[in-house]
Amino acid sequence: MRLHEYQAKQVFADAGIPTPASQLAETVDEAVDAAEEIGYPVAIKAQVHVGGRGKAGGIKLVESKEEAREAAEDIIGMDLKGYHVSKVLVEEAVDFVNELYVGVTMDRNEGRPVAMVSTKGGVNIEEVAEEDPDAIAREHIDPAFGMHPFQARKVVYEAGVDRTVANDVASILTTLYQLWDDRDGADTEINPLMITADNEVIAADAVMNIDGDALFRQPEIAEMGEEAAEGDELEQKADEYGFDYVRLDGNVGIIGNGAGLVMTTLDLVDYYGGEPANFLDVGGGAKADRIANALDMVFSDDNVDSVVFNIFGGITRGDEVANGINQALEQFDEIPKPVTVRLAGTNAEEGMEILNEDLVTVEHTLEDAVQRAVEYAKEVEA
Amino acid sequence: MSVLVDEDTRVVVQGITGGEGKFHTEQMLEYGTNVVAGAVPGKGGQEVAGVPVYDTVQGAAREEDANAAVVFVPPAFAGDACFEALDADGLDLVVAITEGIPTQDMARVYRKLQETDTHLVGPNCPGVITPGVAKLGILPGNIFSEGNVGLVSRSGTLTYQVVDNLTNRGIGQSTAIGIGGDPIIGTDFIGALEQFEADPDTHAVVMCGEIGGEDEEEAARYIGEHMDTPVAGFIAGRTAPPGKRMGHAGAIVSGSGTGTAQSKITALEDNGVPVGDTPEEVADHVEDLL
Repeated sequence: MRLHEYQAKQVFADAGIPTPASQLAETVDEAVDAAEEIGYPVAIKAQVHVGGRGKAGGIKLVESKEEAREAAEDIIGMDLKGYHVSKVLVEEAVDFVNELYVGVTMDRNEGRPVAMVSTKGGVNIEEVAEEDPDAIAREHIDPAFGMHPFQARKVVYEAGVDRTVANDVASILTTLYQLWDDRDGADTEINPLMITADNEVIAADAVMNIDGDALFRQPEIAEMGEEAAEGDELEQKADEYGFDYVRLDGNVGIIGNGAGLVMTTLDLVDYYGGEPANFLDVGGGAKADRIANALDMVFSDDNVDSVVFNIFGGITRGDEVANGINQALEQFDEIPKPVTVRLAGTNAEEGMEILNEDLVTVEHTLEDAVQRAVEYAKEVEA
Repeated sequence: MSVLVDEDTRVVVQGITGGEGKFHTEQMLEYGTNVVAGAVPGKGGQEVAGVPVYDTVQGAAREEDANAAVVFVPPAFAGDACFEALDADGLDLVVAITEGIPTQDMARVYRKLQETDTHLVGPNCPGVITPGVAKLGILPGNIFSEGNVGLVSRSGTLTYQVVDNLTNRGIGQSTAIGIGGDPIIGTDFIGALEQFEADPDTHAVVMCGEIGGEDEEEAARYIGEHMDTPVAGFIAGRTAPPGKRMGHAGAIVSGSGTGTAQSKITALEDNGVPVGDTPEEVADHVEDLL
């Protein structure tokens, strides 16, 4: 779960990391008032989870009240790479001489956290990692001990950070690690960490991704997360229903159980010449109402022309699934989109007998079911 | 022969008094697994499905001579449950079924694991089954059949699919290991492949991977350098967009394009592993390899 910049900055500031003066605004007038109070120049920054906000016109530097108004009018309400901008952060523009990168993340290949520092801040760090991996100094942290103070100093010096600010940067990195550890961080990073002509060190941006599985013990963060929730209507609906759901561009709707099998079903739709519209995992042990909710989700996607159901029952029972499909479809006078069903595993035979073949097409193998659903989608398209 | 699980495996079920724990204990018993004890704090002295319950894993292991544990404990407490199992004397194998354990908890468990000789399988996995002998976890026993193909997979239902394709052709399995879909897991692909390589009765291995991380790439290199047993592969998530988590916590292609299906498929093929485009094709490859 990712916090917005303004939220992450608040968390950082509360922990003692220096951040520029800033105010959150939801209207043009609020933004202008904030700019006047902070004093020019200020940056007006869209609060959406989009990489490259600046290039896309979501961040503007302004020098006067008129410019502030114009920029706020442009940004508030704009569509930024598919995301609606409803909030902006109005922030003191920092006059910097250098930009660093500092971050803490979980290195899944090593199974332990890693602290990273680079003097190539202010640009996409993943690009730096690819083009010039030596420009990033890394220090793995033993989770049994946490980050030792020497490790923070070591990685800062290894990165080649100027000696005059090295202690301050190490101290900020130590705080960042502590936040990562205390708040169940997935990734936390400051990019750029700005160095001013007076050798002040200021966090000009703030990224905080929190482990979604740990929200039960991070109530404050969970609350911020609700405020930060964005995404399209269907993705929010999926959250309500408690489905793992990802929307794609195609027209074959996919419902299945288990992440690997659902991914495989998507891949097969593609393999047989169709285009997957979504990933939807109903999870283990799904009962009839959950199946009906899943169908409702996929039917409400306008892009979907045909639906394939692929259930391999372990703890999920084929008869339960079949009943769910029947119940959901019996509500319609006319089935909105053709549904192809393939059941295997626990109680699959019973399930296939229960399924009402006036409402659905039943196929016996995964390959056949996917090909049938792709055919239906093509017929609708044509 | 088989790996990890055999007729001498004696299981303690952590969380046996919960709904899932109880149901799957019954299923495991029905399959013939020696479930010898349960462990639930505060529930010592009770019985579930005829199995005695102890307050601690240590107590259960000592009194019932258990050598393996299965964890069905809710996510908030499952990290601690794994520690308890790793700490208990006499356990060679811990299988963690629980999905949704905080990653930082697992990082600590993983750290502890480096200090022990115990195998941890999972978390967020369907478990381990040696067909006809015993199963530890939630895998549906009826789709498996006895034979000589080892199977290792990050996903539960995808495992069932591939096993179904094999069983339908009369190709049985030695042992199937679901290693789990989390970013940090105990036994990785290489850990499972090492087991199969050392087992004389495993004549071929199927490896089902998915997007995210670099475990499959590392496994591919291991296969190329160290394995005589032939391996066939399958990789799920070819159509997954970058930056989106596809169900499993670990199944994500990073923004910079690491962890893609293509990178894994290429790595496997470069090391002589045929990769199927469909589960049925995987079964074709296995037939050719045997």
